Amino acid sequence: MFVAARAELHAPKQEKALLANALNLLVPMSTDDGGFHGPSINEFFPGPLLFEDTPFEINRIMLVRYVAVIALLLVFWLGTRRMSVVPGRFQSLVEMGLDMVRVNIADDLLGKKDGKRFLPILTTMFFMILFMNLTGVIPFLNIAGTSVIGVPLVLAIVAYVTFIYAGVKKSPKNFFKNSLFPSGVPWPVYIIVTPIEFISTFIIRPITLTLRLMMNMIVGHLLLVLFFAATQFFVVTMSGWWTLLGVGTLAFGLAFTLFEVLVAVLQAYVFALLTAVYIQLAVAEEH
Amino acid sequence: MLQAVLSAATEGGETHSPVIPEWYDIIWSSVCFVIILIFFWKYVLPRVQKLLDERGEAIEGNIAKADEAQRKAEAALEEYTAQLADARTEAGRIRETARDDGKKIVAEAKDAATVEAARVTASAQAQIEAERQTALVTLRSEVGTLAIDLASGVIGESLTDDAKATAVVDRFLAELEASEAAAGGKK
Repeated sequence: MFVAARAELHAPKQEKALLANALNLLVPMSTDDGGFHGPSINEFFPGPLLFEDTPFEINRIMLVRYVAVIALLLVFWLGTRRMSVVPGRFQSLVEMGLDMVRVNIADDLLGKKDGKRFLPILTTMFFMILFMNLTGVIPFLNIAGTSVIGVPLVLAIVAYVTFIYAGVKKSPKNFFKNSLFPSGVPWPVYIIVTPIEFISTFIIRPITLTLRLMMNMIVGHLLLVLFFAATQFFVVTMSGWWTLLGVGTLAFGLAFTLFEVLVAVLQAYVFALLTAVYIQLAVAEEH
Repeated sequence: MLQAVLSAATEGGETHSPVIPEWYDIIWSSVCFVIILIFFWKYVLPRVQKLLDERGEAIEGNIAKADEAQRKAEAALEEYTAQLADARTEAGRIRETARDDGKKIVAEAKDAATVEAARVTASAQAQIEAERQTALVTLRSEVGTLAIDLASGVIGESLTDDAKATAVVDRFLAELEASEAAAGGKK
């Protein structure tokens, strides 16, 4: 009787707690009661480490980016420090990576001359994205440097400026005519086509470049966190028969780690390739 | 609902939209980009380009070298073939000369033999003739003596007078020859 009264007295509180627990299970959410720690969007905005509240604030993700940049510089410095005509193993590997951009992206799409012109930009994009993507699956870094909008946005702006520069440098008249008034269309159709072309070329392109890369990396990170957090929850918190489920989530986590490696390479390739395509469309005589 | 969940998920009330960039994010991203761009542009790619050029040159050089070697080998082969042909011609010529020489030698030997044979025959004939003359002279003198002796005996008179005797014999012989000649002519 007394207990029941007390229970009734506390009922609203318990309801709240129950709701919170239900949300914990359904929605990614951090709690501090030793339960399930789901991933949240806040993981991409960790607390500042240095220069708080200045434009030069440094947090964990910025540090991860520095690590990626240093790794990149190191790999390519070592790989090209003493280049020989007959390459060794490491040099072959580095050359293979550089060749992928030089041959498969730049030369194939832009031809020898323009390919060489834009090669530094394309190479930088590809390897910067690749190295920063890969930090997402590297232990202790565990987050992609590209999963925060800065890098995708900066690179998309670079791509945007580059293809407009390429088109304007080649022939401003041709560039805007090809971009906005595609040939082979009767003139009344331009009323519809020109705004669409304008939006797709000058507005959608940088946005899709940015979002495609960033969202891939965010989702990849959230998936991995979800799987490994679930494993932690089943094995450690629940234990017993739940461990079996934990084994399942761990297996998925490992599989998706490999998948993330693929996505990392693919997204870097797609970004550089699309930039090359945009440049190619901009310098084309007619299309 | 989603908004509620999101706001519930973001503790502390401060919500971050992942698509709204922070200034520090843009700045550090740009710094990373510029560093990597300069690194690739000024350091890596020129080195790689240089290497590729070198490699291209090396390959071209090797091809040129191989061509050179090929050409030399072909020249050597040609020379060798030419020499072989020359040697064959030379050998043929030498054989021909030898054959001619052999023929000439044989012919010369034949001529020499013929001449020698002719000489031998001639000398033999000369000797025979000489012996015949000697025999003739001897015979004549002996026939003379014999005839004179015979005649002496027949006529009983010695034809001692040499001059006479000789005249008689000569006459006799002349008559004999004349009669022989006449007989020969008749025949």
